Amino acid sequence: MIENSQPNPNALQPSAPKSKHISLVTKPRKILRTVLAVLAIISIYSLATLNSSNLNLADAFHSLGVNLNAMFLHPSVGQDSWGQLLQALVTSVSLALLTTLLGAVVAFFIAVGAARNLAPSWLATGIKAVMAFIRAIPTILWVLIYSVVMGIGASAAVVGLTFHSVAYLVKAYSESIEETSQDTIEALKASGVGFWPIVFQAILPSIVPALLSWTFIRFEINFANAVAVGAAAGADDIGYFLFMAGNFYFNFHEVGLIVYLLLGVAIVLELISMKLRGHYLKHN
Amino acid sequence: MKTNYQSPQQFYRQRRLRMLIVLLILIGIYVGSMLLVKFQTWNSIVKIPAGLIWLFHNFIPTERSISYLGPILYQLWRTLLVSISSTIVASIFALMAAILGAKTTTPHRSVSLVIRFGASLLRNIPVVAWAMILLFSFKQSDFTGFLALFFMTLGYLTRAFTETIEDLDAEKIQALQAVGANYFQCVFCGVLPEAASTLTSWVLYMIENNLRDATLVGLLTGTGVGFLFDTYFKSFRYDAAGLIVLLIAILVILLELTSTQIRRAIA
Repeated sequence: MIENSQPNPNALQPSAPKSKHISLVTKPRKILRTVLAVLAIISIYSLATLNSSNLNLADAFHSLGVNLNAMFLHPSVGQDSWGQLLQALVTSVSLALLTTLLGAVVAFFIAVGAARNLAPSWLATGIKAVMAFIRAIPTILWVLIYSVVMGIGASAAVVGLTFHSVAYLVKAYSESIEETSQDTIEALKASGVGFWPIVFQAILPSIVPALLSWTFIRFEINFANAVAVGAAAGADDIGYFLFMAGNFYFNFHEVGLIVYLLLGVAIVLELISMKLRGHYLKHN
Repeated sequence: MKTNYQSPQQFYRQRRLRMLIVLLILIGIYVGSMLLVKFQTWNSIVKIPAGLIWLFHNFIPTERSISYLGPILYQLWRTLLVSISSTIVASIFALMAAILGAKTTTPHRSVSLVIRFGASLLRNIPVVAWAMILLFSFKQSDFTGFLALFFMTLGYLTRAFTETIEDLDAEKIQALQAVGANYFQCVFCGVLPEAASTLTSWVLYMIENNLRDATLVGLLTGTGVGFLFDTYFKSFRYDAAGLIVLLIAILVILLELTSTQIRRAIA
């Protein structure tokens, strides 16, 4: 008669908190939805107020179709010769190589000062803030600014592109350096190893794969930027020919050919980066 | 790579030799491309400090440049709008393409191949070329910049989304299929909720990126804040141009900070 020994069976019922419903919508989900909703509203507003008054969309798309046809199905060299175009392409690649190498070397030494586990924290914070500011200004503006100081041409392009590369690579490198464990550095410091030997013998070998892949990513960005710089600031590279063909001669056959050349370089770069990464991952 | 060295000395000698060879190759590349570009390293490096001094001397906004603030802020706002809307519209298309293109959710292998190839094509055509192509058909309007950014973003986001979807656990989709969910139920109840926060952080990253590129596109297509910069710059109103540079930097940094916060909150 155990059940009946309790005078009031209700008294022993567990008092669970009265939740009305259990929702799958957690706080991160709510924030996510809010962000997406806000972005969607901004986009709709922006599309609705987009300035397209002097534009007949049907005509524009039709002429786009005609141009794309001329570009991709009937590419030709136009008024420039193959030699000129290929030389300009090589110039673009060299511009990207030069700025990446220069940027990588400068960035590595600055990154040592910007890594929290090597440098005092005021120095690291200061360098990172300056680099964030340089990074925030688009590359093309740096090139234009330097083209006033140095005159239009290769030097301004190189310095402008390098400026932005350094800022980008300092961030990537210093984050890679910060991933090295503090124990390694302290053990070496305790046994009396100097600052630069620590950097070159302990830290550098362990982060080479990361450095290599960041540097290569930057090389691809620099190639795209080199083309843009040629178009906007008149360095004598493939971007300049692209700009002239598109904006002055309206020769879409030549634009098509140049786009094909750029595509070819981009595909080769992607293949090289895949090989390089595979090689390094295998050996380390 | 050999691992059985006779002595530590030999290991270090080998390593030094390898480093030396790599260094020589890099110096060779540097000198070669320096000659090709006709870049005078020393002359240019000497000029950098002078350039910076000139920059700070001429580009500091003065009281006079405050009068330019109205049009600058308006164009900056338009540029921000275009970079957000092009990213969002591109992300909708990219999401559809990615669902059709990802190995785990593709209806057929050939569809996946076509989408990958198309995305790679869009991605590798430089934004300059897009601007040139579109400028001729769409004239000097905001729409040109929008489309140029749209096409490039579409290529990048399709690739990023495809990889994100492929990284998800295939077992969850298999479990859903095993209990009888059809293709759309699998995608909308299994794949998308799981990937949502990663996809959103890609979108935020592309917005940042597009804001930077929008300046370049604006410069080439004659719209937005890039065009305004070009106008001031070419008419030697450097203080106004400097104000634009400063405001762009502030906007980019603000956007970066905001999206970092959002990313942390939705992770």
